[in-house]
Amino acid sequence: MTAKTKQDPSRTSYYVSDALYQGLVDGYKDWQREDMIVEDPRACARFHRLLDREARLLDQLKYEEWLTLYAPEFIYWVPSTPGGGDPRREVAVTFDDRRRVEDRVFRFRTGYAWSQAPPSRTVRLIGNVEVFKTAQPNVTMVRSNFVINEFWDNATRTLSGWAGHRIAEQDGCLLIQCKQVNLIDCDQSLRNPSIIL
Amino acid sequence: MLEKLPQSPVHAAPRYDWDELVQEDRVHRLIYADPAIFAQEMTHIFGAVWVYLAHESQIPNNNDFITGKLGLRPLIITRDNDGKIRALYNRCTHRGTTLCRWEKGNSKSFQCPYHGWSYLNTGKLRGVPWPDGYAVDFRDKKFNLAQVPRVESYRGFIFGTLNMEAPSLSDYLGPIKKPIDDWLNRNPGGKVVVCEANRLKFKGNWKLAYDNSADGYHVIYSHRSLIETENRFNDGQEKGMSYYKNSPDKLEMYVAYTGNGHHYKDKRPNLEKRAGGLWAIESLHPGMEHYAEKLRAKLGAKAEAALDLAGSEPMNINVFPNLSLLGNHIQVIEPVSFEETNAVWYGTKIEDADGTLGEDVVNDINALRMRTQEGFPNLGEVDDITNFEQIQRGLACLEDEWIYMNRGMGMPERFRTDADGVIYGPATDEVFMREYIKEWKRLMMAEPNLAVQREP
Repeated sequence: MTAKTKQDPSRTSYYVSDALYQGLVDGYKDWQREDMIVEDPRACARFHRLLDREARLLDQLKYEEWLTLYAPEFIYWVPSTPGGGDPRREVAVTFDDRRRVEDRVFRFRTGYAWSQAPPSRTVRLIGNVEVFKTAQPNVTMVRSNFVINEFWDNATRTLSGWAGHRIAEQDGCLLIQCKQVNLIDCDQSLRNPSIIL
Repeated sequence: MLEKLPQSPVHAAPRYDWDELVQEDRVHRLIYADPAIFAQEMTHIFGAVWVYLAHESQIPNNNDFITGKLGLRPLIITRDNDGKIRALYNRCTHRGTTLCRWEKGNSKSFQCPYHGWSYLNTGKLRGVPWPDGYAVDFRDKKFNLAQVPRVESYRGFIFGTLNMEAPSLSDYLGPIKKPIDDWLNRNPGGKVVVCEANRLKFKGNWKLAYDNSADGYHVIYSHRSLIETENRFNDGQEKGMSYYKNSPDKLEMYVAYTGNGHHYKDKRPNLEKRAGGLWAIESLHPGMEHYAEKLRAKLGAKAEAALDLAGSEPMNINVFPNLSLLGNHIQVIEPVSFEETNAVWYGTKIEDADGTLGEDVVNDINALRMRTQEGFPNLGEVDDITNFEQIQRGLACLEDEWIYMNRGMGMPERFRTDADGVIYGPATDEVFMREYIKEWKRLMMAEPNLAVQREP
């Protein structure tokens, strides 16, 4: 294995480590604190725009563009435990690193992903956006509520919940490090949970 | 005290000719599409045979409980104050209300939220509000909760039946115990612990899931997107279920029907017989390079065997009617209606049960094992479940009545039967479907004597 491959999170997964898991478990605990809320509407609007853009790109199935919103090493996490749980000891609905997310995109495009053939059509509404500071000056946590209307197999259904985005600012650019998607029915049986939420 | 349950004419299926519906090579669409047949299954199958209820690790301590189901009957499965495992009907004897609406917890008693009747977790009525308004003796056992009269465990798997004439659980399982033992024994201490679940549901009959889980014929096509994805980097080692690609019937893997509706598919003979052989075919999962490197640095030559514990066990073990051990998952099939089913894939983790691995290594293995388990439900099972739903839709074609399960039929050279009556065939063969559906037919034609128990 070349050093380059070793560093490429599209090919290898060295960053999903104890430290990463512990950081997630700690970072996603007790972060929605009143004393950490960002009040400045201009700062908040910047994050709201990022979430709107993410929703639009996912609705449009523009996965490559969507992935540019994310840090090279990121986590897409849909817990099956209300509150998140500890992904080292519990299976999640989904716990993906970059490579696994790219697996999903690859699978959709094989032409043989029967759960998405034909693909779902979605529209997403993002609201109740609240922005929270963290102990790290360049890292922000954003809570948003979502409603996804998904048309698939002759019917439209609603998926809803809230998301917690951990977003880092680097060189003036916002990059999502982790997206935790909390479906309100995450611990119940889900019909065809195939789309990226 | 046992109460024999009367046969309810309301629930009885119309007087079908079962030999017409279930033939040697095909079954009629009605066995999947008729609500009356489903209603009869809830007594003749999910009542009359040993049905999987829960895993002991879900209620490790006295007074722990989870809620569950026996067919459609809501249950509280609890370990009472003396440690006895009970499956209580979650139904107040007063007005029929469910007593407990939480999925798990710890409680010595349950109080009905409607009028406040309260029960010990043995099922015994503890008290009712204002008893002076009643002219009855509440010590009468008819006021105690109904419960499943026979509850037995096999190595942590809890089963229950309402049928007093059923054989012991051990005899019911019979030769399927051997693959279950193998599945457990590879883990430290020969045990696993349930840890949350990938929970799925589909709009289709429960038997579509049971037909599928040892079916080696669908793999290469239903899971084509998964297999292509697992091998997208084409780096020399074929991943996942790639061994199905060419002439799977010529490989050493096989399917075996062991009686009473149970069967298994064993893919272990396809693997390299060395420590690490299982890990080598694992597809790419989050954290695998980090943890593999860490474990190899720590354990040296012993790392490969440890990594195999995070790998998916290549067995599909199916215990009729509702339990499957698939990879490292415990899949439970929960019928909801004739056209709706929950397929709950409980994850399992290992414990440092015998102290040989040490807690740190076990934690690393589990961190990997959670991710390997999520792979198939996320990228594979969703395609199967879509196909199950589309079968149910296809069955709306009233005039096109038959579903075939005749692969391998009329080709006796494909099978052998051993001294225990276990039938072995090639992995893509539908022999297990033909055999289990024969058992289903026998049960549907029988007149089971079902009973519930109440504390004296």
